[in-house]
Amino acid sequence: MGNMPFVVSMILVMVGFLTLITRRNLIKLAIGISIIEMGVNLFLVSLGYVKGGIAPIYTYAPPGAKEMVFPTPQALTLTAIVIGLATTALMLAFAVVIYRHRGTLDAEKIRELRG
Amino acid sequence: MLIHAPILAIAVPLLGAFSLLGLAYLSRTLRNIWACLISAFTSAMAVAVAIRAFTEGVVVYTLGAASPTESVTAGGFPIRIVLVVDGLGAFMGLIAALAGVVALVYYFQYLKEEEGKSLGLSLLLLLWAGILGLVYTGDLFNFFVFLEITSIAACALIGYRTWESRPPEAAFKTMAMYTLGGLLVLISVGILYGEYDALNIAYLSKAITGSLLDKLALGLLLGGLLMKAGAVPAHMWAPDAYGEAPATATIVLVANTQAAIYAILRVVFTLFGGALAAPGIGWLIASLGITTVLVAVLMAVVQRHLGRLVAYGAVSQLGYMLLAVGVGAVARGGFGEVALTGGIFHMINDAASVGLLFFVVGAVRRATGSVDLLSLGGLGHTLRWEAGFFLLGALALAGIPPLNGFASKFLIYESTFRASPILAALALLASILLLAVVVRAFQGAFLGPKVREASPAPRGMLVAMGILALVIVVFGLFPGFFIERIVSPAVQAVLTGREAYLAAVLGG
Repeated sequence: MGNMPFVVSMILVMVGFLTLITRRNLIKLAIGISIIEMGVNLFLVSLGYVKGGIAPIYTYAPPGAKEMVFPTPQALTLTAIVIGLATTALMLAFAVVIYRHRGTLDAEKIRELRG
Repeated sequence: MLIHAPILAIAVPLLGAFSLLGLAYLSRTLRNIWACLISAFTSAMAVAVAIRAFTEGVVVYTLGAASPTESVTAGGFPIRIVLVVDGLGAFMGLIAALAGVVALVYYFQYLKEEEGKSLGLSLLLLLWAGILGLVYTGDLFNFFVFLEITSIAACALIGYRTWESRPPEAAFKTMAMYTLGGLLVLISVGILYGEYDALNIAYLSKAITGSLLDKLALGLLLGGLLMKAGAVPAHMWAPDAYGEAPATATIVLVANTQAAIYAILRVVFTLFGGALAAPGIGWLIASLGITTVLVAVLMAVVQRHLGRLVAYGAVSQLGYMLLAVGVGAVARGGFGEVALTGGIFHMINDAASVGLLFFVVGAVRRATGSVDLLSLGGLGHTLRWEAGFFLLGALALAGIPPLNGFASKFLIYESTFRASPILAALALLASILLLAVVVRAFQGAFLGPKVREASPAPRGMLVAMGILALVIVVFGLFPGFFIERIVSPAVQAVLTGREAYLAAVLGG
């Protein structure tokens, strides 16, 4: 069972890729990328987990606690989440602008830039 | 202060990008002066770092330590974030400095105030900070963060003109590819961290054993970076992005793409240079490179949008660099050194010639409001300087002697021939085809009878084009001088500098 988080995160990444391949709606493409992002974030945070470990805040640790989880992956995940927020927001903003110009979100119909 | 130059080169444009928007509300003159000060300071810092790296060897700057030189804690484990500038990083910093300064000179008279001048200026500085961070950092996670900073800034720069319909479309495509590439890089950072508990590039490079997971991490890293570089089959975003971005930004976007090539060099030769130095990786990169060259040149033939035509030319040049990197990774010494010299020298030549061409395209669009080759013609009568610059840039792009493109491409052909004559023949063929394409574009836009009135570009834009034209001619006439001074340290840093890189960060 120890590998379960990794399996789930890779399933999330696969689901995201499948979304990118099969969907044509720009918003759904952004959702697909977001799902991949969630998968990667889950992967990162589960890298640092120690079974039975407590939150890595030294001054708040209860007296009997033995192990803490790794703090670095949590810092990485936080940063990755913030970056993911920025990229998703930017993509959705572009999707809104494209919709205003064309009246559609279908990637197949938005083909002004081809070839 | 010079000891802090590496971090100042990143921090100053980063802070400048945000403070600029505040100043723009107060006064436009103040904003312009501020932008000039920031860029002058940043490029001075980049040059100072480069001089130190070329003369004294690898420059290490540690963040958060009592002194910037304490990169390892007791026990020889580097827990702090470091900036490491070797010959290659310093060379990339110089390219970024050149691109940033020229873009700024061009900028002031290119965009009108109502076309989002403050916004574009701020994003330009942000992108600049991202590129410098990307090439200076010695920490794998920081590398990912800077990769994303460049992605976000580049896409915002491509698509911020929301009143037109084409730029947001190009920006969405680019953003999707960049984000996907960034996530592949992040997965591989996670894998390497999980295996070795470290993010420091030097430490990881020493620790990597070449296990199956390492191979997976290498594959994911290369995949993500090739997406960012715009290699076939992930090249679809590149012509859109270059063609639709404001002309002043494209030279910085080209520098951004070259930063991805830098990252590929760093990954293949430094990070995985010890345990996974198999020639197979080199063949893979070289074959992707030659495919990129051929596909891009063939696509350039059918373009009628002048910007997209030049954009496909830019993508093909990236293919040449990948080809050179690949051949260098196949041989690692001998003719591999020639290939890397050609490839790395080609980076700065490509930045100059492609940048010049995009500047001319921007001037044409500004003067006539159109970049359609079927409706343009006879612009040479009124836009004399622009016509000359376009011809110069086009010939340099196609690699005609005695211009700079020839100097670097010749080294690439020569070394590729020794690795595989077929690849060299294909590369040469593509170059001839490219010459036909750019000459046709020149003839279509600038020659023939005068069909419309056009106002010549203002002086500031011409000065920016003149600087690049000067670079093209001088680098073409004296290639030996520049190869010896700035390219050769970068090549040595790639080929034999891994030990020095590790020693500088980890000590002894």
